[in-house]
Amino acid sequence: MGAHGPAKGLTRWLFTTNHKDIGTMYLWFSFAMFLLGGSFAMIIRAELFQPGLQIVEPEFFNQMTTMHGLVMVFGAIMPAFVGLANWMIPLMIGAPDMALPRMNNWSFWILPPAFALLASTLFMEGGGPNFGWTFYAPLSTTYAPPSVTYFIFGVHIMGLSSIMGAINIIATIVNMRAPGMTYMKMPLFVWTWLITAFLLVAVMPVLAGAVTMMLMDIHFGTSFFSAAGGGDPVLFQHVFWFFGHPEVYIIILPGFGVVSQIIPTFSRKPLFGYDSMVYATASIAFLSFIVWAHHMYTVGMPIAGELFFMYATMLIAVPTAAKVFNWITTMFKGSLTFETPMLFSIAFVFLFTVGGFSGLMLAIAPADFQYHDTYFVVAHFHYTMVAGAIFSMSAAVYYWLPKWTGKMYNETMGKTHFWVSFVGFNLTFFPQHFVGLAGMPRRIPDYNLMFADFNMMSSIGAFIYGASQLLFLFNVVRTITHGEKIDDPKVWDGAHGLEWTVPTPAPYHTFTTPPDVKEVEAHG
Amino acid sequence: MASQGNTAHEVYYVPESSKLAVCATIGLVLTIFGAASGINDRTFGDPNESTNSWFIFWVGLAFFAATLFVWFSTAIKENIAGKNSAQLKRSYAIGMQWFIFSEVMFFFAFFLALFYIRWFAAPWLAGEGDAGRSNYLLWGDFSYSWPLMETPQDAIGGVANQVMANNGVFSGPERSMAFPGFGEIFKWLPFYNTVILLTSSVTVHWAHHALLHDNRKKFHQWLTVTVLLGVVFVGLQLLEYYEAYAHYGLTLETGAYGTTFFMLTGFHGFHVAMGMIMLLIQLLRSYTKGHFTKDDHFGFAASSWYWHFVDVVWIFLMLVVYIF
Repeated sequence: MGAHGPAKGLTRWLFTTNHKDIGTMYLWFSFAMFLLGGSFAMIIRAELFQPGLQIVEPEFFNQMTTMHGLVMVFGAIMPAFVGLANWMIPLMIGAPDMALPRMNNWSFWILPPAFALLASTLFMEGGGPNFGWTFYAPLSTTYAPPSVTYFIFGVHIMGLSSIMGAINIIATIVNMRAPGMTYMKMPLFVWTWLITAFLLVAVMPVLAGAVTMMLMDIHFGTSFFSAAGGGDPVLFQHVFWFFGHPEVYIIILPGFGVVSQIIPTFSRKPLFGYDSMVYATASIAFLSFIVWAHHMYTVGMPIAGELFFMYATMLIAVPTAAKVFNWITTMFKGSLTFETPMLFSIAFVFLFTVGGFSGLMLAIAPADFQYHDTYFVVAHFHYTMVAGAIFSMSAAVYYWLPKWTGKMYNETMGKTHFWVSFVGFNLTFFPQHFVGLAGMPRRIPDYNLMFADFNMMSSIGAFIYGASQLLFLFNVVRTITHGEKIDDPKVWDGAHGLEWTVPTPAPYHTFTTPPDVKEVEAHG
Repeated sequence: MASQGNTAHEVYYVPESSKLAVCATIGLVLTIFGAASGINDRTFGDPNESTNSWFIFWVGLAFFAATLFVWFSTAIKENIAGKNSAQLKRSYAIGMQWFIFSEVMFFFAFFLALFYIRWFAAPWLAGEGDAGRSNYLLWGDFSYSWPLMETPQDAIGGVANQVMANNGVFSGPERSMAFPGFGEIFKWLPFYNTVILLTSSVTVHWAHHALLHDNRKKFHQWLTVTVLLGVVFVGLQLLEYYEAYAHYGLTLETGAYGTTFFMLTGFHGFHVAMGMIMLLIQLLRSYTKGHFTKDDHFGFAASSWYWHFVDVVWIFLMLVVYIF
């Protein structure tokens, strides 16, 4: 390989084939989407600050809940972890780049237009998608605004991006590990991404199938989702959740991987139960394919279906508990220090477990008849999505930012970001458990007076959490421009893994010649 | 798969920065935007020119196709220039294999829809089981059989005046494409299509075999036969669609049977057409440029994997769409 360095100017980013450049673009894009989706959330919380309709029309409120979900899931969380994969997987397995670098660039560059297309629907006649991020038929077919066609094609492009990204990650991990880097020596982040990539290739095409069926029903007269023609609107839910349940593990598994890298570093101990972590991740991925209808307990399934999906769902608690046990045991009797990445990781373990418990409550079919479509569900999945995926993502950025930039972030500001996020997050979502159990329905712009206090708390918490992300942005930008320079390859004294053997900041090309992986340097 | 990675320390070729991805993005986005606008009858600019959404679509598609052409030729030229290590070739192979897996899952979604309608949704509409207990109130005399010749909307009568359906009115077909029994098998078009596609899977294998033995002439012959069989298959499929629309009253709008029939066979036929074009390109590459050696013929191998994949999908499709 030639010593081609980064090109100058904009074309560096447009034409790049470098995994680090592409990773950087994914990370910045996902943060922009995080702010966009977050601003939709701020509108939602502003409207719900008080009972009654104050700020937005119900129709627009529906578009906000829908776009918030879509942008956060497909625009913020998924690309963030793909960006992390791009940056870190080649560094962790000792590969010169991703396996298929040009396709890698393409996977990224189709994302911004897809989201531009999606966001532009808000300004179209009839408004943007208003049927919830799960886009159930017939809300998304018969009763959808005309812009739904753009939404459908937007989802197709996002799916294409994810599938190509995932294929690239699989090919990289399977084919490009340095000599001596056997599967069971791979860092756990690499393992979780390998399994995530498999899930992506398996279910993104099913999502493409679901939106294609919608397209055909809307414009070409088919009757997939029309009982009058012999179809069934519930079919949509089955197809969607066959994608959707593995999707939630696509979102969280890389977060598991991140936390499994960080906790050993700041506990100065090897990860407890490495093998069981791998098997637990694989088990979760397998189970994710046979639990989808637990999202649909109230839709009118036969009792046998309710029971099957209930028991299968509860099984997921077993491998997940194994993971939580391993993280805690890794910390047990370690020499712990609490730098910002560690704070976010410990909060991840604690809060994700809360989300897991509320998930177990929701898994119980008869109880779910009470909880279904209430704020209890909203609280549950925000504990996994925000305190799970986003907290682990924040942890990852603080953990690897010095390696990426060669500069140290401001620890005080990082810790402030953590504590403000932690308080803001819990203030937002913990009360939603209570209003949900008391019966407050989700996705409605108004509510009963008895929910007023908790909703006001939620809204204040949301504004605090939102503001803390601006502090995060400021800290990252300031690190890049004014951060204290460091050149120790091993930024954290307890860190293990190949990424800490290359210089800091990581040069444009690393591992052009594969390293020989020593026993100790793999996953630590 | 060699699980130990790059033991020989050969150099993995990382291409220089490239305009391909950005060009492909522009092409794809124009295609998608044009299609979405065209379907909604949106126009841009001159209001008298009602086709300009589709103009955007075609320009985008042409640009996209041209970019892919350049992209593939670049990859081929790199290989001929000897830049591709054995490891990089494995990356391409892994990429293609997982792409085919993603295609399998795409078809899976439509098979899932068919099974769900046949095993659950439609019987419930006819009042079967606990789940269907109240449906007789809605859909009156609807009784389930497959192929679904009478839709629930037909059963309650007066279809033309109803908009009970979510998105239109559905009236069942007059005839179906189902298996007519062994007595009539030779008058049944899908039988010929099955024979043709299964044969083509064998001929592409023979072509591969010939290439492995460096027998270029036989390689060309068998590959030509395969491509021609693909053409005939797609032609017969189109003939079947013509028959369905012209003589069977079977269209996309005839309820669940028409929906699943056309969507499954349609996507399959589209994939056959793609596979056929892929094989044709490999044939032309070998015929005009002498590409491929007995040890290095990824383009052909990948296309033949794809061809076997569409063949396997057809077998499932034959069983659940046409026969059972």
